[in-house]
Amino acid sequence: MLLGHVAFALLGRLGWNQLPPNAIAYGGAAMVVGGLLAVAGLITYLHRWKWLWKEWLTTQDPKRIGVMYVIVALIMLLRGAADAFLMRAQQSVSVGSNQGFLDASHFQQIVSAHGTIMIFFVAMGLMFGLINLVLPLQLGARDVAFPFMNASSFWLFFAGMALVMASLVLGDFSAAGWLAYPPLSELKYSPTVGVDYWIWALQISGIGSLLSGINFMVTIIKMRAPGMSLMKMPMFAWSVMGSMALVAFAFPILTVTLTLLALDRTIGTHFFTAGGGGNAMMYVNLIWAWGHPEVYILVLPAFGIWSEVVATFSRKALFGYTSMVWAIWAIVILSYTVWLHHFFTMGAGADVNAFFGITTAVIAVPTGVKIFNWLFTMYRGRISFRSPMLWFMGFVVIFTIGGVAGVMMSVPAIDYQVHNSLFLIAHFHMMIIGGVVFAFFSGLSYWFPKIFGFRLHEGLGKVAFWFWSVGFIVAFTPLYVLGLMGATRRLDHYDASLGWQPLFIVAGIGAALIGFGVAAQVAQLVVSILLRDSNRDLTGDPWNGRTLEWSVPSPAPFYSFTKQPVVQVRDQFWADKQAKKSHKEYEDVLLPKNSGWSVAVGALAFTFAFCLVWHMYWVLPLAFVGVVVTLVVRSMNDEPEYVLTAREVEKLDQAQARKVKEYEAIQS
Amino acid sequence: MNSVVSEHGDQKLTYSKYTAGFVGSVVLTLTAYWLATHGTASGNTLAIVLGVLAIVQFAVQMLLFLHVGEERGPRWKLGMAGMMLVVILILVGGSVWIMNNLNTRMTPQQMDQYLKSQDSL
Amino acid sequence: MNQEVALELRREHEATEKTIFGFWLYLMTDCVLFASLFAVYTVLRHNTFGGPNGRELFSLPYVLVETFALLTSSFTCGLAMLAAQRKAKHEVLFWLGVTFLLGALFLGLELHEFSKMAAEGNSWRRSGFLSSYFTLVGTHGAHITIGLTWMAVMGLYVRSRGLTDSVRKRLILLSLFWHFLDVIWIFIFTIVYLYGSLNV
Repeated sequence: MLLGHVAFALLGRLGWNQLPPNAIAYGGAAMVVGGLLAVAGLITYLHRWKWLWKEWLTTQDPKRIGVMYVIVALIMLLRGAADAFLMRAQQSVSVGSNQGFLDASHFQQIVSAHGTIMIFFVAMGLMFGLINLVLPLQLGARDVAFPFMNASSFWLFFAGMALVMASLVLGDFSAAGWLAYPPLSELKYSPTVGVDYWIWALQISGIGSLLSGINFMVTIIKMRAPGMSLMKMPMFAWSVMGSMALVAFAFPILTVTLTLLALDRTIGTHFFTAGGGGNAMMYVNLIWAWGHPEVYILVLPAFGIWSEVVATFSRKALFGYTSMVWAIWAIVILSYTVWLHHFFTMGAGADVNAFFGITTAVIAVPTGVKIFNWLFTMYRGRISFRSPMLWFMGFVVIFTIGGVAGVMMSVPAIDYQVHNSLFLIAHFHMMIIGGVVFAFFSGLSYWFPKIFGFRLHEGLGKVAFWFWSVGFIVAFTPLYVLGLMGATRRLDHYDASLGWQPLFIVAGIGAALIGFGVAAQVAQLVVSILLRDSNRDLTGDPWNGRTLEWSVPSPAPFYSFTKQPVVQVRDQFWADKQAKKSHKEYEDVLLPKNSGWSVAVGALAFTFAFCLVWHMYWVLPLAFVGVVVTLVVRSMNDEPEYVLTAREVEKLDQAQARKVKEYEAIQS
Repeated sequence: MNSVVSEHGDQKLTYSKYTAGFVGSVVLTLTAYWLATHGTASGNTLAIVLGVLAIVQFAVQMLLFLHVGEERGPRWKLGMAGMMLVVILILVGGSVWIMNNLNTRMTPQQMDQYLKSQDSL
Repeated sequence: MNQEVALELRREHEATEKTIFGFWLYLMTDCVLFASLFAVYTVLRHNTFGGPNGRELFSLPYVLVETFALLTSSFTCGLAMLAAQRKAKHEVLFWLGVTFLLGALFLGLELHEFSKMAAEGNSWRRSGFLSSYFTLVGTHGAHITIGLTWMAVMGLYVRSRGLTDSVRKRLILLSLFWHFLDVIWIFIFTIVYLYGSLNV
């Protein structure tokens, strides 16, 4: 009896009733638990725990950290896509007397999870992943400015992801949308753990993002190769710089807003409550003051990827380099001035709405400049339509249509008609998928050989592209129409007399086509790994690239460069190739030692948040002390680096060259 | 450690900067305090004056305690501080403008009464 | 050999520059954090929900003492840094100790003020105004607490390891942090306490 009481007290509000409530939810939980067991089983079977810990989990190499980000993000893409398919399926059948297969509460959780996962874990994950993989190499640097903090950022991201996945097994998730507006997200209307999971998943991964923002900014400013002035940097690096400026100055707003909501829900403050002197509209204001910069955080590196891909596959230098740089910084500044367009209808006066409407229309201009510059880059270039370039073509069509819809909505009078309708949903999906996701897919195909040493299967890549693009257009064009017909977002059921069902069904078909695209991508990965010997990148420069990352062999060695390059012009590697310059030099390399403390940071953050969510308060001081101890002990380590001598670098480099010769032999 | 001591490692110069910063801050604080407790100017004018005093003290401490602007070479720290200030002005100024605008369009006293009569949420 | 030593020194210098620069950027992000809290406070400052407002709650003389404690500690922190530059270990410990005591005094006074208000029923639960007051000023106080903890740890480092390059680098970071906290306090003093007492 006593033991039961003790267990009860120790477990907070955890209980048997927190397991999934219905079959579909059980399916989700089973996949999480099953997936974990399967992975753990496989690693055990292959006796790879030590290897995993040494080579991957404790690594400080940004290339490996980048791979881990991408893997997590792609797994979350599967989950977010599953959420989308469930939503599309529900909305195709839930008409009139048919209530569909998801009850309202479950549907709203799926809606909220879909948005949260896609933005915070897929888009941000792919972005930070690609930046880790590419940025240091492009700058001629061996690492980022603060390797330990970089690894810790990844583990904080992982901890946030783990919280979202845990919500599938224990308890529920937020049903308040991906931004959890109060009063719905306050304790009175969302008394379960769902919103708490949401708050802490975002808070923890948000801190990871902020630290990464600082890290990459300092990397760009302080760690460029000698001779690489800012105006000689690749455009991707410029775009990352702009994005990180946004991260640094926007994420603190998110930190504060989430904290205030958490305080409302835990210690009884009145920031956003309906009574007690709170102001729920202030939440909307603050969350979008962060939220708008956030979407530019995502899209700027995507634009950077296009600049790299289009130049490479047009065999031409990027058109209008200087105007591109100005456009990036115009976007950075302007993105802080438009946020009210997300809540034109909240009731501000015409003067306020007009101001933000104008700034919103203006911010389309620098974006337009960029698109024209890419098209001018293609003009008179020798274009090669490999899959990275195909994704760009899809982007131009989809992003432009979606962007024009956005400019329409920048007019408050129009927005009043379509705010929170499916018209809006179509617009932002075109921006995020057409703009951000396509760019990341293109980037992944483009840089995959550099990281793994072999190319992805091109045929399946093309298949994936076509299914994605056609599917996307089929899935989202009906939504513009539905929006204009009055359909609002997040509907789990609608009346038959509205005549919406056929369009929803078409959208569902589009979603299925996208599903085939995803399947093609999974197949592409599997097939590429199986066929890797015939697809080896033997030169390190599979696409005839222009920037420094292509000057190292593939896969890029952990020490990156045998000797730090010296830069004299933009696209130095391209210039070196034209001048047929190449000779190997070797120097001593200073590299960070692996550290398990970064993993500890993530583990402690997860523990802290999980116990806070479940009111297991006794754990909190322990977790907090754990974090402090970790940081202090880590800081006591004055020698977190080791030296790789020039001789050792030469040996490793020659070993890699020998391996390349072996692959060459296999292929011929 | 050039970030603390100004160029050429001049301890005396830095010492006088710290002292000047301290004295300046004391004077500005006392002035603001005195005006707030004895000032006869109207609320808004007084608020502006106090705000100006705060901004001046901010500049004093940034320059003399935090050594902003003393960087050799490209002035990155200054640039970041500048961007921070721009963002803060937009964020705080914009939020106050927006929220004020929204609040004046809410039905005021009746809403307050009604909410007070409900359970505090 | 000389070239290697010079290279090593330059590498150390660059690493220190990088760290100080990164920390400065972090402080800029912290400014945005505080700015968000200030925005919330400004919007909610009149939402007293029938409860007391700033004029009724704040004692300006008391706050003035707090302010001078913190301001002086910022000055003595600067003196500690000058001593560190001169590698004068005992002076560093002395000024660091004075800074710590003044900081602790500030924190003590603030906690006393908080507990008094809470005991009278004017806690963060009372109204939107008080929620924002406690959170804004409390966040600053939390930063002060972290700073004091860091200061104590640094004191131990200075005592045990002496003024090595690594220790001096960390002292620079700490001093930046401490000065920055006083800069934030300027605005809390003005916007929360002075404006509050004038009911602006």
